[in-house]
Amino acid sequence: MARAFTPKVVTANDLLEGDVIYLTAAGGWTRVLEEAELIVDEAEAQLRLLEAQSQPQVAVGAYLADAQAGETGPEPTHFREAFRRTGPSNYRHGKQEAAANV
Amino acid sequence: MYKYNDFDHAFLAERNRQFRAQVERRIDGALTEDEFKPLRLMNGLYLQLHAYMLRVAIPYGTLNPDQMRALALLAEKWDKGYGHFTTRQNIQYNWPKLKDVPDMLDALAEVNLHAIQTSGNTIRNVTADHFAGAAADEIEDPRPIAELIRQWSTDHPEFQFMGRKFKIAVSGAANDRAVLKAHDLAVKIVRNDAGELGYQVLVGGGLGRTPMIGKVLNDFVAADDLLPYIESVISVWNQYGRRDNKYKARIKITVHEMGLEKIRELTDARFEQVRPTFGGADQALFQDIKRHFAAPEFRSGGTEAFDAAYDSDPVFRAWADTNLAAHKAPGHAIVTISIKKHGATPGDATAAQMREMADIAEEFAYGELRISHEQNVILPHVHKNDLPAIHARLKAADLATANIGLISDIIACPGMDYCALATARSIPVAQEIATRFEDLKMEHDVGHLQIKISGCINACGHHHVGHIGILGLDRAGVENYQITLGGDATETAAIGTRTGPGFAYDEIVPAVERIVETYLEQRESAEEEFLQTYRRVGMEPFKAALYPAADKKVA
Repeated sequence: MARAFTPKVVTANDLLEGDVIYLTAAGGWTRVLEEAELIVDEAEAQLRLLEAQSQPQVAVGAYLADAQAGETGPEPTHFREAFRRTGPSNYRHGKQEAAANV
Repeated sequence: MYKYNDFDHAFLAERNRQFRAQVERRIDGALTEDEFKPLRLMNGLYLQLHAYMLRVAIPYGTLNPDQMRALALLAEKWDKGYGHFTTRQNIQYNWPKLKDVPDMLDALAEVNLHAIQTSGNTIRNVTADHFAGAAADEIEDPRPIAELIRQWSTDHPEFQFMGRKFKIAVSGAANDRAVLKAHDLAVKIVRNDAGELGYQVLVGGGLGRTPMIGKVLNDFVAADDLLPYIESVISVWNQYGRRDNKYKARIKITVHEMGLEKIRELTDARFEQVRPTFGGADQALFQDIKRHFAAPEFRSGGTEAFDAAYDSDPVFRAWADTNLAAHKAPGHAIVTISIKKHGATPGDATAAQMREMADIAEEFAYGELRISHEQNVILPHVHKNDLPAIHARLKAADLATANIGLISDIIACPGMDYCALATARSIPVAQEIATRFEDLKMEHDVGHLQIKISGCINACGHHHVGHIGILGLDRAGVENYQITLGGDATETAAIGTRTGPGFAYDEIVPAVERIVETYLEQRESAEEEFLQTYRRVGMEPFKAALYPAADKKVA
């Protein structure tokens, strides 16, 4: 039996900055996972991934990452995506640095 | 050290101009990512977890002060104020922006540095013994060979799109400090019974998912045959190496599957064809390169200032005892500057620290610096009387950690904090082990013990050859760390043996502590090092300490 589909977000790296970006429901990109579109339908996920891959001037290496619904939006289910959401653990660089500067 | 000539300058300028145009074409949409990726990789530019990463080659680990200052400039101007020295004598910048990379490469070119062939399926940056040209146990400085290979392999049309990458290391000393036996090909300078200099060539070493110890392909290659011989080896592998499966593409697998004898036979046959095509230009070039590596005029004079500081200052003495190595010239020493302060990221130096090391090298150390595969910085030539002044300067720059060869002098790859390939973190594990043993004040009592940590099976952190090796994996969505014991990165190279099941992230430091406690209980004397004890008593006592419940079940 095929494995049950788990919710996904479309994520990639930004072409110019190299940082982590997520596809929003409006078809744009955000740097904040909570603002990403949580896709619960498998066919829809494939379509959204194709849309992302058709934007090579913005997104590099787009893929579907597992996520789950949280109180404020999608949350990572795997530690790799958790690190991509925040940044490295040895310095407060990356997204956690941007958050600290707000 | 080697100084670029007009050809080198023009070559690099042209290469950088090409890459600048490629970046522009990628940004304006003329190149797709699939087209651009191999081009950026050939110029050392990766896309990692959080950002691009630029890997800059430090050929055979040798730098002059101006080059070190250029590395500092890149860190400050285009990165976040630091750089990461790697296990292949490169430096990596973790946060460059795509548009800035051509400017970074131009700044590097001003001091004869580049990022060419630091990635891709090419002949990579040739690494060397970090004490080359200085070590007391050396037959001859191996760096001219490394420079010759660098020039020959750079943009070599036959070797730009091979089945997989190819890593070469060179050494001229009896003691192997360059992990020769973990390289695709290694050259060791030797003397034959007639007293002539020549080269022992090893092949088929490598770490990664299938670790192999390199084997001697040829015991003695005559001096003027070396380059055609290397070309023959790589040419044979390039033809017969597997391209159907990237995990079986490295020469270690070719040697393993075809057998060393067959590889030797094919190499000898190829050599017959290749040798006549080398008309002697390589030897003329080699002689010219050698002149660039002439040792400095070493000062004479006593070591009173060193002796006085050694006798009166315990902090200086502790540092001198761990961080100095024997130099070939009287009154001199080799200084290893630890980039492994307890709790800091192994191999990370700030721009200010790089500049201070450059200044110290200029003022006291004949203008020479080296980067070791152990992620430390070396001052290869220092008169001992200058050591107290150097130590004071290093202390002020937070660079005087006295831990070379000790448990906190850990090799660690960037792991999942940066690397897109990683399956677990390695940096925080290294930080916590170092901090823990610093708190326990145990490390000087424990003595020589190398911990090497990789955040995935590719083994950039050399875990297979660590006395204690740690491999971070993803086990069902959770970080899990396997431990190996008994690895050895020297001339007596050995692959470590797995202790058993892995440990969770919060169990790995206590597990290492139990291993060290077991060693202290088992060793016959304070002189018996960890590896010697392990070889004498074997895995069992360590297993019993690591898995007490399992032990009881068996009993």
